[in-house]
Amino acid sequence: MKSLIVQLENRKGIPLDLNFECEAGKVLALVGPSGSGKSTILRSIAGLFKTERGFIKCHDQVWFKSDQRIFVAPQQRHVGIVFQNYALFPHLNVRKNIEIGMDATCVSSLEDLLSMVNLQGLENRMPSTLSGGQQQRVALARALAREPKVLLLDEPFSAVDQVTRRKLRLELLELIRKLNIPIILVTHDLDEAAMLGDRLCVLHNGTGLQTGTPDDVLRAPATAVVARLMDIRNLFEGELVDQDQEKNTSVILWEDIKFEAPFQRQIQKGSKINWSIPADKVLLHRRVNPSRGVRENPVSGQIIELVTISGISNVIIALDSDQRVKLHMDLPPHVVERNALKVGEKISVSLLKDALHLMDYSHSSSR
Amino acid sequence: MDWPAFFLSLRLAAITMIILLFIGLLIARFLAWRQFRGKALIEALVALPLVLPPTVLGFYLLSFLGKNSWFGHLYEQMTGDTLVFSFSGLLIASLIYSLPFAVQPMLRAFEAIPKKLREAAWCSGLNRWQTFYKIELPLAWSGILSGMVLAFAHTLGEFGVVLMIGGNIPGKTRTLSIAIFDRVQAFDDQSAQIMSLVLLIFAFVTISLVFLLNKRNS
Repeated sequence: MKSLIVQLENRKGIPLDLNFECEAGKVLALVGPSGSGKSTILRSIAGLFKTERGFIKCHDQVWFKSDQRIFVAPQQRHVGIVFQNYALFPHLNVRKNIEIGMDATCVSSLEDLLSMVNLQGLENRMPSTLSGGQQQRVALARALAREPKVLLLDEPFSAVDQVTRRKLRLELLELIRKLNIPIILVTHDLDEAAMLGDRLCVLHNGTGLQTGTPDDVLRAPATAVVARLMDIRNLFEGELVDQDQEKNTSVILWEDIKFEAPFQRQIQKGSKINWSIPADKVLLHRRVNPSRGVRENPVSGQIIELVTISGISNVIIALDSDQRVKLHMDLPPHVVERNALKVGEKISVSLLKDALHLMDYSHSSSR
Repeated sequence: MDWPAFFLSLRLAAITMIILLFIGLLIARFLAWRQFRGKALIEALVALPLVLPPTVLGFYLLSFLGKNSWFGHLYEQMTGDTLVFSFSGLLIASLIYSLPFAVQPMLRAFEAIPKKLREAAWCSGLNRWQTFYKIELPLAWSGILSGMVLAFAHTLGEFGVVLMIGGNIPGKTRTLSIAIFDRVQAFDDQSAQIMSLVLLIFAFVTISLVFLLNKRNS
C-alpha cells in the first residue's frame, strides 16, 4: 500500500499538473529549476496552499479531495516540514522551538529528539546564536517532534556552507533510514537528489516530466527536456536509420557516422531522434595495448578542456569530423595520468552501445 | 491647574487607547497579510487622519453625529443623549483621529513577521489563536506598545476636533488642551503654564518610550 498519494492540478497563478506516490521509509526527490513549482507542491501537501483540483491521501486519511470539498487544515495533517531558511521562532530557545509542537500524545521526549539530531547541550541557546547547520538540526527536530505522518524538506541544505552540507547530508541519510514515513525532498541540486532520493520526480513549469530511480532518470531520460534538466552533457540529435529487434540493435546516423544503440521499440525507423550517453560511459582507447572494445562506436577528436573536480576528471573532446561538436567524458584522474592526457592531445574513444539512449526528437535540444 | 480637565483628558486617552488596541490589532493584522483589490485605498483611508486638518474632521463628524443626522438621531432615540457636546462624541472623534497612530506601528510590526513563521506554527499544530499569542504577539509586542503609547499621547493633546465636537463644557468635554486655550483667553498665564508643562513633560516621556521600544526591538 502506498503511504502518500498526491495529485495536483492548478491553472491560475502557479501552474501545476502532476501526480506521484511515495511509500513509507522512502525518499522522493522533487527536482527542477527555480520556478518549477517545487515549493508549492510541498505547501499543498502541508495544507498551506490549496490547488484548484487535486487529491492528497496519506495512509488511510484523505487530506484533500477537491471534488468532495475535503480540505484538512495544516494543524490536523501532522506534517513535519523543514522550511528553506528553517523559519525557526526567533524569540524562543531551542528547547521551546522543538517543544512548541509537542503535546501529551507525543511518545518521544525532547532528549530523544535532541540526540537524534546531535543537538545535546544546546537546548537553552537562542536560534540567532546558532550556526546554519545547528539551525537546520533544530528545524529537523521541530519537524519530527509531532511524530509526523510525512516529512517535507524544502531545500534543507541551501543555507549552509559546502563542508557543513556534506556532513548534514550524511546525517540526514542516517536519520532517514530510521524513519518509517514518506519523505519528500525538494532540491535544485541534482547530486543531492541522486544521493538522498530513492526516486526522483523531474519537474518543469509545474509539470511532472518523469519519475524513476536516480539511475533510471540519469541513464534513460524520457525526453530531451528531462535530459537537459538533469544536466546530461552528451545530448545530441541524429536519425534512426535501421532497427533489428533480434540483435537488440538500432543504427543511428550522427555527424555522418553510424552508431549502434540498443533496440528502441517506440521510435519509427527513419525518424529524427535525440540521443544521450552518460559522460562516464564514454570509453577511452588506451594508446598502448588497445582493448577489444575499440571497435564499439569509435570516434576520434582533440582534447579541448581537462578539469579535475572532486576526484573526477572532466574531459571535453572536439570531434575530428566536426570541431563544433563536443563530447564530454568523465575519467578517474589516474587514467588521465597513466595515458598522459593533456589539452591539445588527439585521442579516440568508444561510445558504449548499451549506454546509448534514444529519445523522440524535440526541438532546441542540440548543444 | 484644572484637575477635572486633567482627569477627563486621562480618561479619554485611556479609553481611546484600550479600544484602539483591539481595533488596531484587527486592522493591522488584516492589512499586513491579506492581499485584495483596493488594499491601497483602505490603507489610505486608515492613514487619512494623519494629514486631514482636525477642523475638517471635526466638521464632518459634527454633521455625521449631530441631531439632524440619522446616526445622531438613532443614538438619541436609544440613549436619550446627544453625541455632540458629550464625552461619547469626544470618544468617537478620538478613535478616528488617533486611529493611524495606533495602526501604523502595529502594521509595521506584523508586516515584519515572515509568513513562514506563521505557517511553521500551523504545521506544528498551533491553531490561529495559539499562533497569535505564542508567535505573533511576542514578535510584534514593541510595535503594539508603540501604537498604544502614541494613540494615548495623541489623544491627550488633541485640540481642534475636541473643540468642534465637544466644545468647552467643564467636567464633560473640557480637556487639558482646551483648558490651556481657555486660560490663555482669560489672561491666566500661570495656570496655562503649569498645564502646558504637564503636557510637555508627558509628551516627551511617551515619545522617548516609543524610541526606546523601537531601539530595543531592532
